Formats: sequence, structure tokens, C-alpha cells
Amino acid sequence: MTDVMTKPAAQASATSGQTAGMNMIQALNSGLDVMMERDPRVLTFGEDVGYFGGVFRVSDGLQKKYGLTRCFDAPIAEGGLAAAAIGMGVYGLRPVLEIQFADYIYPAYDQLVSEAAKIRYRSGGEFTVPIVVRSPYGGGIFGGQTHSQSPESLFTHIAGLKTVIPSNPYDAKGLLIAAIEDDDPVVIFEPKRIYNGPFDGHHERAVTPWTGHPLAEVPTGHYTVPLGKARIAREGSDCTILAYGTMVWVAIAAAEDTGIDAEVIDLRSLVPVDIETIEASVKKTGRCVIAHEAPRTSGFGAELSALVQERCFYHLEAPIERVTGWDTPYPHAHEWDYFPGPARVGEALKRAMTGGR
Amino acid sequence: MKNTVSLSLHVPAPKCRPGDAADFSSVTLEEAGAAPRPEPNVPAKDTHELAYRLIRVLDDQGQAQGPWNPRLDIDTLKRGLKAMILTRVFDERMYRAQRQGKTSFYMKCTGEEAIACAQAMVLSREDMCFPTYRQQGLLITRGYPLAMMMNQIYSNAADPIKGRQLPIMYSSKEFGFFTISGNLGTQYPQAVGWAMASAYKGDDKIAAAWIGDGATAEGDFHNALTFAAVYRAPVILNLVNNQWAISSFMGIAGGEETTFAAKGIAYGLPTLRVDGNDFLAVHAATQWAYERARSNLGATLIEFYTYRAAQHSTSDDPARYRPADEWEHWPLGDPIKRLALHLTALGHWSEAEHAEAEKEAIEQVKAAAKESEAIGTLGQSTPSTKEMFEDVFKEPDWRLREQRQEVGV
Ligand SMILES: Cc1ncc(C[n+]2csc(CCOP(=O)(O)OP(=O)(O)O)c2C)c(N)n1
Ligand SMILES: [Mg+2]
Repeated sequence: MTDVMTKPAAQASATSGQTAGMNMIQALNSGLDVMMERDPRVLTFGEDVGYFGGVFRVSDGLQKKYGLTRCFDAPIAEGGLAAAAIGMGVYGLRPVLEIQFADYIYPAYDQLVSEAAKIRYRSGGEFTVPIVVRSPYGGGIFGGQTHSQSPESLFTHIAGLKTVIPSNPYDAKGLLIAAIEDDDPVVIFEPKRIYNGPFDGHHERAVTPWTGHPLAEVPTGHYTVPLGKARIAREGSDCTILAYGTMVWVAIAAAEDTGIDAEVIDLRSLVPVDIETIEASVKKTGRCVIAHEAPRTSGFGAELSALVQERCFYHLEAPIERVTGWDTPYPHAHEWDYFPGPARVGEALKRAMTGGR
Repeated sequence: MKNTVSLSLHVPAPKCRPGDAADFSSVTLEEAGAAPRPEPNVPAKDTHELAYRLIRVLDDQGQAQGPWNPRLDIDTLKRGLKAMILTRVFDERMYRAQRQGKTSFYMKCTGEEAIACAQAMVLSREDMCFPTYRQQGLLITRGYPLAMMMNQIYSNAADPIKGRQLPIMYSSKEFGFFTISGNLGTQYPQAVGWAMASAYKGDDKIAAAWIGDGATAEGDFHNALTFAAVYRAPVILNLVNNQWAISSFMGIAGGEETTFAAKGIAYGLPTLRVDGNDFLAVHAATQWAYERARSNLGATLIEFYTYRAAQHSTSDDPARYRPADEWEHWPLGDPIKRLALHLTALGHWSEAEHAEAEKEAIEQVKAAAKESEAIGTLGQSTPSTKEMFEDVFKEPDWRLREQRQEVGV
């Protein structure tokens, strides 16, 4: 057992300096690969994750490379999956579990909320749960209510859980590695709509792949994107847009479409959130629009809005705007009426610029 | 302390993968007619042997054998066969429609038609079915309008559920068909609750629920069995073991060392294990459980052993994880061919009649498609956008009213 439990030899970060063009799926796959290669404590499992390599192919080839016991299929029991991962984490492994769609994470909720999030605290730091839960989330794929939801705020509300959402291949891999190396449970919601290309909400236009995109040029070796650090996705001076996941690209499109020089902050981590970057940007622009796909009521936007109000109130020139999914279940036929696309973000930007509704 | 053998992690793997020859040599099938048939009112434990056997009626020559032979009349047999043919034709047409971009998604039940089609003929319309996405045969057998199914699949303006759900997630109270959930397993224990309510009311109705082999791993499956046993709920708990859950073989769901039917034993439920490709066996076993439930003796768990001949869904490619021709080697064959052979052996069916039935089914589906596509396929025609905000609650609150205004509908 000792070999499995040995921690990886200290290796220099960003090992080789080599990069390759990757979409988000390939980048996540590479992140798993790098970590499984260097750390025998890392293993991954989930529904269809093993032989098949996952329904989105994130674990493609890993069973072949690392064997049946390090990348394997799991029974369709999300609660069991989460519980098994917790047990492994407590033992000292670093399991990465895949919940096939975020819409199916609810059976795992009790294990994640009552257990993973609280074991360190309730044991006085004696037991810890260094697990990663990966799950594709979000809309824009005509998946109806069971393949489109954005449940992040159900997790950000939980003390003891970290929640991360990447918006591009580079961050996806770097955040995944940081999450695996983190000693606490981390939930990564992966915006599946942008797995293959940076969708900006203009569904009427042709899809663009990641090919050639600067953020799709990904180091092949080990590197991390630290948890808790936002990225300025577009610099601007007129208004701050706080976004994550697919909505980062929608926000950029809205800025371009309206000609309003918005500063788009890609949060990357929701918990812990990078309050310094948010505060600096809003104090600079004096205006703030928050965009997410999830329904409005008690969405993460509510938390962001409160934070901005508490910390930047005297710098605000206009009420904070929220652009979100509606307070309805996710529809099928009305996908594009539901999805908060660039037109709606653009309207909010205009309202923020003129200071009212 | 040192173990005599060092521990190692067991991960089940199927016998064959792409490139391998299909191998069902480990499947031992008993002779049609061999399994005993206890009376439907026996104590649960008297059925437990059947959890490890396989109730079969049709033999390889198409003859009906043994105590489970339901002795259906020729008209009923023909109705069943035609319903299965229609279901398969419908599936093929809608699968193609998805490929042609007319909708976002589709799921076939190829090879499993006997289950829903025979069961629809046993259950009464007043009973409530809690199906999975692979029981379209229930609606088709009951004569639900095919064009209406297509309207749902196309999410068009005439979609009875108003464009809210993914294709194939039908709902029809009138046809005793509960709204399908995309979340696996959730409806299984709900069916038990429905049955408990019927018992509470002193009603005559029973419930029926379906679950796949894969989804039996969910806690909801076990909740259903517990509640069904504890409250002796009048419900038929159907378990469709088609051996695959997307790319995972049934061993991953816990089917490596035991049968799925056997899971019912520990809960004290009567359990039957049935050849799911044998229309007569499906009919007879369902009838048995139906009589039992209606005699106030509670629930039965029935495993139907079958094979998922098609892709999991239009998003799947099974050639990536199992031998492409595996179904052709599946020893329990094709339910349509087997019932046709039976009718032929009885002297009431011929190749010509079969061809005619297929032609009729194709015409029927074509006519329905014409009707539905005249309204529109996905995106060409949609229910009014205001439907997006309806039915969240009985009465929308201020948030929904405001949001609807923002959309301008
Ligand atoms: C709670 C939940 N987890 C995962 C899924 C994704 N999923 C859809 S179908 C399926 C396989 C189901 O297999 P099985 O229960 O055997 O039914 P079959 O498709 O074979 O009829 C999976 C994993 C889901 N729909 N719901
Ligand atoms: Mg199955």
C-alpha cells in the first residue's frame, strides 16, 4: 500500500513549458492525466467514466493507460458515488468523481452537504475530505430540464465546500489540478455548452471551435490556476460585468454588441470568491451587471449583488443589474427565450449606463 | 496484522468488448415451460425460487409451453404483435427524424417491445403507470395518437406538455401514463405512494412502475421496495434488465453475482424473473402480479430479462463499448419474431400477413408524421412563449409576472 499512498515527488510547476491546442474536454482530460501520472493517490470514477471514457469523453483513454482500478465505471447512484469518494478521501486518496450531469447531482447532495462539507469541522480537523466533484452543467444544448440546470448556488451556500466554474480550456485544466491538490472538497461545474467552443449566446450564428483560441493553448504538463482568483476577461472602463462559465463569453459579446466598454470579470471561483478583483473593478467603473444562467431567486448573483453593495455602495452610479435565467424550470422548446443571451445582457448594460430601469 | 492475501480492488468488466466475438455462453436458459407457477395468493417466500429462474413460455419452435401459458386468444395475440410492430416502426421513424435535425433527441426501445406492449394489455387504463423513457409501447398499445407523441417530440405548438420537456418524456393522465422524469429512479417509489393512496381510499386501482437495471443502484429503487413491502402497496414493480446502462454492463449495477429479481427477496416481496422477449411470459407474469395486487396482497417485483438492441439514445454509439453484433447472438432473440413464429405455428399468421402489418404500421406512422410535421418540427413551431412561465405554480407570483413582462409575452 505504501506506494499508492506516497505523495508525489516535489516537481517544478509548469514542467516542460510545452503547450498544445486543446478544447475544454481535452484540457480536463489532460489535467486528470497529469495528476494520475504524478500522484498514485489520484483516481477517477463515475457513470460511464471507465471503459467508455465518460459521456463527454473527459476520461477518454485513462482506463487504458492507468488500469481498471484508477479510472472506472460506477453504479448509477450519485449518493453512493459521493459517499464512496468521501470514504476514499478520508483514507487518504484523492478521488475525482464525475456526476454525469449537474441535474443528477441531487441524490449526492446529502453526502456532499452533510458530510463532505462538515467532516473536517466536526472532527476537529482530524478527518479531511480532499475530493473533487466534476459535473457538466448549464444550458444551451436543448437538453431540457434534466440536462441544463445550473445548481451552483445550492453549493456556494454550503459552508465547507468550494465551488469552481471554468470558462475556457486553460482555466479548466489549471483549476482542476488546483482542486485535486486542495485539501478540501471542491465542486467543479463545467459549462458543457463551451466544452467544444466559446459560445457567446448568439445561437443563430455558426459555432466556433476552440481551435486557435489563445485560451485553448494549454500547457501539456502540470500547472495550476489558483482557487479564489478571478480573471479579467475583458478590460473596460464603463461598467463591470461579473460572470462565470458560458456567461463570460455572452458578457463579452454584449459589450461588443452594445459598444459599451464593459470590464468582464470571469470569477472562476465562486467560493472562495475573489473579492479584491471585484471590488477594484466596480470601484473603477462605478457600475455593475451580474450575469448567470441559473434562476434569479437566491442565485449566486444575489450574493454578488450584496457583496458589491456592501463594499462599493458609495462608488456606484447606478443600481446593480442582474441578468439571469427565469424563475421557472429549464424549458425545452423555449431554450433561447430562457437562456440569458447577449441581447438581455446588453439591455442590462444600457440600463446600468443610464442609471435606471 | 498481515493478511494472507493482499487486498485488491475489484472492478467488474463484461466478457466482451468491441472487436471480441459476442459471448453469451454464461447465460443458462432453462427450457420454456420449466418454471413452476405458484398461485398468485401464495406467501411471498413461495416465489423466491423464481427470482433465480426464468419464466418462459415460448420455445424455439414457437410453441407455448408450461403453466405460465396465458392462453390468449388469437385476436389478442395479433393485437399484441401489431402493437410491437407499430412501436418498432415508430421508433425507427423518430430516430431518423432526429438524425434529420427535426428534433434534439430520441430513444428507441428496440428488442424490448414485448414488455410495455404486453403489459399495456394487462393493466387497465385506470391504473397509473410510472414508466421510464423506454415504455413508449404503453402509449402506442393503448392507442394514444401517434401524432400527439410526435408533437411532444418536436416540442411544437401542439405539444400537449407545452414544449417543457425533452423529447419522449410524455405525459398523459387520460391514458394512465404519469409524466416521465429524466432523473432515473425517482418515479419508482412515487408509484408506491400512488398505490398506497389507492389502498388508503379503498379504491380498485393499482400502480405499475418501471426501472432499468442500471437505475436499480439508486437509493430510490430500494426506497420503493421498502415502502412497497412495508405497506403491502398494490403496485407492480417492473425491472427491465436490458443488460446495459449506456456503456455500463449490468455487472456495474450489481448484477454480477446475483439476479436483479433476487434483490426483492430481502425485502420480503414476491419476485419473478421473466424472459422479457417472450410476449406470453411477460403477459402471464404481469397478470399474476396484477391479480395479486388487486386481491390486496400487495406488490410484486418482476425482472424482465432482455437486451437493449439499439443505442442508448441518439447521443450514443454502442459500437464503442460492446460488440456491434451482440444482439444477433442474444439467445432470447427478437420479441416480434418470436410472437410471429408462435402465431404462425398456430396457423394464424404468415409472411404475407407480417409484411402487410409492417406496411400498415409504416403508413400509420407516415400519416401521423405528416399531420405533426404540418404543425412543425423543433424550432419551426413552438408553443406560445408565455407557456414558459405557466404551471410553475398554480398562480404565478410577482416574480413570474414581472419576468414574463420583461420577455414581452
Ligand atoms: C439520477 C440520474 N443519473 C444519471 C442519469 C443519466 N442516465 C440516463 S439513462 C442512464 C442509463 C440508465 O440505464 P438503465 O437504468 O439500465 O436503463 P436503460 O437506459 O437501459 O433502459 C444514465 C446513467 C439520469 N438520467 N439520472
Ligand atoms: Mg439498462
